[in-house]
Amino acid sequence: MKGTNLGEFEELVMLTIAALTTEAYSVAICDTLEKHAGRKVRLGVVHAVLNRLESKGYLKSTLGEPSNERGGKRKRFYLLTNTGKSALVRAREVREQLWNIIPDFVFKGLIG
Amino acid sequence: MKEQPTYRPPRWAERLLEWYCRPELLEDLQGDLIEYFNRNVQEKGIRAARLVFVVDVIKFFRPYTVKQPKISHPMQNLTVLRNYFKSSFRNLGKNKLFSSINILGMAISMSVGLLLIAFVADLKHFDAFHAGYDRIYRVNNTWHSPGEEPGYFASTSILAGKRIRESVPGIEAAVIINRDFNRDLTVEDKKLPIRGLWASDNFFRVFSFDLLSGNPETVLRAPYSIVLTETAAQKLFNSTEATGRTVDIDTTRYTVTGVVRDPPRNSHIQFEMLGSIITMDNRMQASQDKHWLSWTNMWNNYVYLLLPQHGNPEAVENQLQAIAGQENNPADKVSIEMHLQPLSKVVIGPSLSNELGFHIQQFLILVLTGLAFVVMISACFNYTNLSVARALRRSKEVGIRKVVGASRGQVFLQFLVESVLIAGLSVVLAYLMFIVIRPGFLSIDPHFSEHLTLRPAVQTYLYFVLLAAGVGILAGIFPAIFFSRIDPVKVIKDISQLKLFKHVNVRKVLITFQFALSICFMIAVSIGYKQYSYSLNFDLGFNTKNILNINMQGNPPELLKREVSELPEVTGISASMMIPSVGETYSATVKYQDPTDSTYIYFNNVDENYIPLHDHELIAGQNFRPAVSDSTDKSEIIVTEKTLQRFDLGSPLEAVGKELSIEDEKVRIIGVIRDFHHGKLDEPIRYFAFRRNPGGLRYLNLQIASADMPVTMNRLQAAWKKIDPIHPFEARFYDEEIERAYAEFSAIIKIIGFLAFLAISIASLGLLGMVVFTTETRLKEISIRKVLGATEGRLIFLLSRGFLYLLIAAGAVAIPLTWLLFDKIIFADIAYRAPVGFFELFAGALSVIGIALLAISSQTIRVARANPAETLGRE
Repeated sequence: MKGTNLGEFEELVMLTIAALTTEAYSVAICDTLEKHAGRKVRLGVVHAVLNRLESKGYLKSTLGEPSNERGGKRKRFYLLTNTGKSALVRAREVREQLWNIIPDFVFKGLIG
Repeated sequence: MKEQPTYRPPRWAERLLEWYCRPELLEDLQGDLIEYFNRNVQEKGIRAARLVFVVDVIKFFRPYTVKQPKISHPMQNLTVLRNYFKSSFRNLGKNKLFSSINILGMAISMSVGLLLIAFVADLKHFDAFHAGYDRIYRVNNTWHSPGEEPGYFASTSILAGKRIRESVPGIEAAVIINRDFNRDLTVEDKKLPIRGLWASDNFFRVFSFDLLSGNPETVLRAPYSIVLTETAAQKLFNSTEATGRTVDIDTTRYTVTGVVRDPPRNSHIQFEMLGSIITMDNRMQASQDKHWLSWTNMWNNYVYLLLPQHGNPEAVENQLQAIAGQENNPADKVSIEMHLQPLSKVVIGPSLSNELGFHIQQFLILVLTGLAFVVMISACFNYTNLSVARALRRSKEVGIRKVVGASRGQVFLQFLVESVLIAGLSVVLAYLMFIVIRPGFLSIDPHFSEHLTLRPAVQTYLYFVLLAAGVGILAGIFPAIFFSRIDPVKVIKDISQLKLFKHVNVRKVLITFQFALSICFMIAVSIGYKQYSYSLNFDLGFNTKNILNINMQGNPPELLKREVSELPEVTGISASMMIPSVGETYSATVKYQDPTDSTYIYFNNVDENYIPLHDHELIAGQNFRPAVSDSTDKSEIIVTEKTLQRFDLGSPLEAVGKELSIEDEKVRIIGVIRDFHHGKLDEPIRYFAFRRNPGGLRYLNLQIASADMPVTMNRLQAAWKKIDPIHPFEARFYDEEIERAYAEFSAIIKIIGFLAFLAISIASLGLLGMVVFTTETRLKEISIRKVLGATEGRLIFLLSRGFLYLLIAAGAVAIPLTWLLFDKIIFADIAYRAPVGFFELFAGALSVIGIALLAISSQTIRVARANPAETLGRE
């Protein structure tokens, strides 16, 4: 991944984190993604992406309280940083600009 | 998802994850995997969940999760290592007593290890100088005879050798050797006895003995050719330039065709000369001797094969089986099998009869290795025990190190470095001890000093270093684990929290083990010695006192008899073929009336004086009558009582006068004697007969009554010189002969005795260390007890009590165990055993316990007597 460009899956993960607000930890992210994107999401993949995004500065994380269901291990909750947020906004702007210059007839009948 | 976490993922997989995963990622990742695991337990069951967990753990092994290996600066490593050395040395210096106990104990045990390594290294080098070392095989025979255990022989028949040379493919060269070539060589007016072998022409193709002159291809090709060693040539010709000259053996002239360098001492084949075996072939053919080429004449001949590079020994062995199948006569009950034995297994190998040269049983090496290992383990226990016992003093250091940032692994390594360092110091001391005990070891067996040097080669030193490292690690691993586990917080806050006493039992077990071992060794020595002296003093059923056996070495008995009978000290003279009861046996097949019923009978050829001279008790019939001069009549035998039972010959009186046949020669029983022990004591009494045979006598048995033995021996020697100026006088007293028969036994007792001494020293050193430690830690307690009025006696008892129980436990384990070991295993095959009594079992144990008590009391008495004012006043 070069520069500040977001990959498709990275963007999805970040959007999920934003949607989950303060409850965003790896397993929950997987579950939510699976539900909305409708595809099988592997923990390993999500984990690697989270790790990469954090090192890029888009995410920050804190450890929560230990819980019983995880063998006493604490969860790591992720939050978007400002850089992360602006990267998402930027990505969305790019898309919208592109959408705006697409003539209507191209997607005629597909979008209402 | 509210289920109880009763199921756990596989522990090893968790450990693996903990090991490789970066600490900052670990907790979260572990939690995730456990969460999924629990979910899978619900959905798919425990097995699937575990499997998924394991797979996930392995899948998460990715660059970003894996710890970076610590690439520390080399200088930093060096500093750390230097610190380990420094603290090790300081620690050594601080506890001089403990350090010397450790170093001394390890050194003592390692000296045995070094000896064993040097011994095995020497043996492994045997015969390795042959260029085809790993391609040379010997043909060994296995003798099957109905009703008997198979006999394993290193020898084979000449016929086998010839058939192999003619018809077995896949062999580069085969050499046939016959060992019956010890002759007197005459050169001009000089006559010298030389030990030699007959060998076939390709001897020098199979073996790499260094031929100095002569053509290796042809030196042994022509009849009447002889190859001399340098030493033999020097003795005969005063020069090694002997090729082309002639020597005489009896009336036959031989030509020296070559001179060979003396066989190296690490060759199992030793000779002073080689004769071309074709000489014997021609001679036997001329005299129409059937025995020479008989399939069952396999006692004196050896066949060695050189296989080509990448040869196939299995294929050759199959060919050998085929030959044996053709040659074994189905009508004969005896059958022979042939097997290949690689040259590397000849010297250290299975026990075989008729070995050609130096040989050590594999089993013996195993036993020695086992014993040496046990002694070394014992010394390692000392180290372990003392280190852990002193943990109170070291644990602060460990605590500080950990607080400052040392990891568990580093502490572990530090203690390992320390123990290896001590082992390193010990091995230096052990080497000096090894040099000191080496001559003693070599003198245990005359063959050792003849063939072994125990001078380590460069590689052997490498093994010494490895031994030191191994012992160091073995000794240090337990303390290292123990110290690396110490929790710094606990140690620094309150040292008494340290769970030291968890290991008290381990220490007790180790001490008990050491002493049980020492007691085992001691009992083994006393039982062994009892059996040895029992064997020497056993009443064999005839007289052996003051009988001197002279080996006549081929001289006519009458001549020698006349010469020695003039000496006044000689009060009786008889002659015999062999000396019974010292392990030598001669047997022949015997039949009575039924021609199909035969048995082996052991026999000795004697003259008419033998039985009275040896006080054999005649119970029926009479002794041999004095021989009519020059008679070669051998038709009379005297048998033992037991022999009568075999053929239903009735009572001794009835048996006299009956006829037997020995090897198809008719003989008449003229007397019956009481049974006696004609073999060594590990064998039962079998059938035995004395046969009068004036033609087959090799020894003169003199009854000696002398006040001054050296003078008598000198006179006898002078008498011998008159008859035979060439061969040295060879005579031994019967009792000495018996002692030599059991010499192997005494060698083993010596070795075990030495090991017993070492084991006791090591165990006592360790015990001393433990006692010093205990008394020191309890110094204050003892002083207070004393102030409160305890007597010295009570204090000594108080301090010694714990150790006393351990010693008693050691005795209780060791005594029955050793007794069982000897009764059921070691002496199980010995027919006549000395009774093992109270003394043998308990004297050894008590002496060990006595030594231990000495070590204990030396310390406890000192402490108990100490003035309490001094100890308590220091505060």
